[in-house]
Amino acid sequence: MSDAKLEPTPSQTVGPFFGYALPFPGGADLAPAGHPDTVTVHGFVYDGEGRPVPDAILDFWQAGPDGSRTGAPGSLRVDASSGELLGRDGVRFTGFGRVGTDGDGHWALRTLAPAPDAPYIAVCVFARGLLHHLYTRIYLPGAEDALLAALTPERRATLLAEQDGAAYRFDIRIQGSEAEETVFLDFA
Amino acid sequence: MTTQQEIDAEIARYAERLAPGGHPDRDYPPYRSSILRHPRQPLTVVTDPEAVERYGPVFGAGDVTELDADLTRQHSGEPIGERITVSGRVTDRAGRPVRNQLVEIWQANAAGRYVHRREQHPAPLDPNFTGAGRALTDDEGTYRFTTVKPGPYPWGNHVNAWRPAHIHFSLFGTAFTQRLVTQMYFPGDPLFAFDPIFQAVTDPAAQQRLIATYRHDLSVSEFSLGYRFDIVLDGPGATHFEADHEEDHR
Repeated sequence: MSDAKLEPTPSQTVGPFFGYALPFPGGADLAPAGHPDTVTVHGFVYDGEGRPVPDAILDFWQAGPDGSRTGAPGSLRVDASSGELLGRDGVRFTGFGRVGTDGDGHWALRTLAPAPDAPYIAVCVFARGLLHHLYTRIYLPGAEDALLAALTPERRATLLAEQDGAAYRFDIRIQGSEAEETVFLDFA
Repeated sequence: MTTQQEIDAEIARYAERLAPGGHPDRDYPPYRSSILRHPRQPLTVVTDPEAVERYGPVFGAGDVTELDADLTRQHSGEPIGERITVSGRVTDRAGRPVRNQLVEIWQANAAGRYVHRREQHPAPLDPNFTGAGRALTDDEGTYRFTTVKPGPYPWGNHVNAWRPAHIHFSLFGTAFTQRLVTQMYFPGDPLFAFDPIFQAVTDPAAQQRLIATYRHDLSVSEFSLGYRFDIVLDGPGATHFEADHEEDHR
């Protein structure tokens, strides 16, 4: 392998105007249509004053229920005649989802619970005002792994979705105190 | 309200603050919207090679058609503006091509207006231009778009704030860790010095990596001017991908 290290292209904010370009139909519906094991995860994105962020967009990426980490194509699917995006076919589990927050700063994702050996949904957070994206993870109740074990109970709690009726609630706090701010990850 | 002179002074004050890889520090007050939208707690380092983030989403031929990369042919008529071709290679930091991956772009029209309801800049919309495109990289990691050159536009950061002309890029690598959203700028733009988003990249060498190069060999006779924008993705690559790659070179 070459030792040559190219310098990376720097990040820039996603800005406020991604709404007609990045979201795609069915971006929130990772679970195959009508799948009986579908779980709904939802929440708000908040800024440092606790105000909802209506111009964030979240990319989701996760292992399949069988532990597969390789994903599958077919999240977008273009209709060859009209050129319109169709979104996924409702059968294949692609592992990839994308949801923009609404006017209330709220988002919702319908997916299948990831396998126990990779028990989290990876999230990449973009927003106007955020100059470089942030990674976090959603863990459903009962999940355990090395990352959770290494965190203090206070910090760990920010990565744990909570039962909320028939769904799970997971809020993302971009800025706050140690107890409030979501744990964000660095893979460098 | 804040003046350009005050923003200039803040930009100068932060110019010496360098972040790793030339990326912007998320805490960059001259860009006002960053103040409440950056973390205060340190990030948690994850080194697990089997982390799901060391793998990534995949896209296929059914997800993107060739026409999606031509922003001048999405409507019944031709958009107004200077037609351009933007092409480049997507690689990782070792120079390996990122193959068959999704590149998404979005931009303002030639008058500096986005097709977005929250955009209040009183420049004309163009009925023949939406400004969003997609492409898949080929085996060399190359992508190519045809579009029109976007215009600069005013925004609300401070009085008389103007964004330099730019095209937004969204990129995927071989792993989710290499995700990148950035903006491509045009050479010689007089607005660079005044723009706190561009200046949030404080290292002058890193700033250059955001600016496309005019390339006459990419210009198409009687049709479009050519710009080259190569993209190097940061972050660790896919564990499985590196293993495959080493096998290729045995």
